[in-house]
Amino acid sequence: MSATSNYADRNLIAVIGDEDSITGLLLAGIGHVNSNQKKNFLVVDNKTQTFAIEAAFNEFTERKDIAILLINQHIAERIRPTVEKYQNAFPTVLEIPSKDHPYDPSKDSILKRVQKMYGD
Amino acid sequence: MQGRLKGAQTGHSLLSRKRDALTTRFRGILRKVDEAKRRMGRVMQLASFSLAEVTYAAGGDIAYLVQEQAKNATFKVKAKQENVSGVMLPAFDAVREGSTDFNLTGLGRGGQQIQKAREVYAKALETLVELASLQTAFTILDEVIRTTNRRVNAIEHVIIPKLDNTIKYIISELDEMDREEFFRLKKVQGKKKRDAEARDALKRQQEAEGTLPAPVEDTETEAEHALDLLAEKDADVIF
Repeated sequence: MSATSNYADRNLIAVIGDEDSITGLLLAGIGHVNSNQKKNFLVVDNKTQTFAIEAAFNEFTERKDIAILLINQHIAERIRPTVEKYQNAFPTVLEIPSKDHPYDPSKDSILKRVQKMYGD
Repeated sequence: MQGRLKGAQTGHSLLSRKRDALTTRFRGILRKVDEAKRRMGRVMQLASFSLAEVTYAAGGDIAYLVQEQAKNATFKVKAKQENVSGVMLPAFDAVREGSTDFNLTGLGRGGQQIQKAREVYAKALETLVELASLQTAFTILDEVIRTTNRRVNAIEHVIIPKLDNTIKYIISELDEMDREEFFRLKKVQGKKKRDAEARDALKRQQEAEGTLPAPVEDTETEAEHALDLLAEKDADVIF
């Protein structure tokens, strides 16, 4: 758990989501563009390629200044293997519901693990 | 060796106690995570709804504008640590800093709705941050519990039996040596006794025959022998 050591530097929230979710969250003020013109959010629509989402996911999880990564559940569903593979504590990946896709607890990676733990 | 066994047992009981404490904590967090996830569903729904209101009031799509306006995060999180039986659990705190004046020039209408939507989303974000810290705690605790479990099992099923075996072997070996030594001493004693009896018999025989060859010399050797026997016996007592 080497990532624990620099947890204090992490103070941003990143988002991968559809347009509405992003807009709302940006309204709340989480948007950040760093000195390299890198944004901490990615707008995903139907035309966005899966590998682009994966690339963004990997980029956000590797960045050192992001504490929480929010991702719409239906988008997480598209890159489910990558999300499942991600086990680190930092940054925390959090699946959130979107407007068109109500929240389904049975699909959540973390809740799946919870279920598994209660199962055995 | 005994000390090491004792150490292993103490470590085992300590670790299993730690595991129990962590598991208790873990279960609590599990329940909270579950609860918070469900609450998040409702909160996000509400937020989406208020955003829809904004879109309606503003009479157009504001997404592009909002995305362009994003420069510096005003909603940040701060990490802090919490100690649960030696495990550092991070927790996030939502921090809203700076002015909330979003540069919304270009949005002709719907300022009030936007304000409201922003508040709602900020609330939702707070819930999300809380959930995120719960989830982080969950992930870390999960890992720590697994490590602790592994250690407890290793001590219980590998180290303690190994030490037990070693100690058993040493004790049996010592017993064996003890028995050998005892037997040897008995043998020595028996031989001494036999020798003395033989000498006594010889002496009696000689006395009976009436020929005392050299009494002075004989008593001397006898005394010597007695002394010898005494010394040997002493050694035996020590053993």
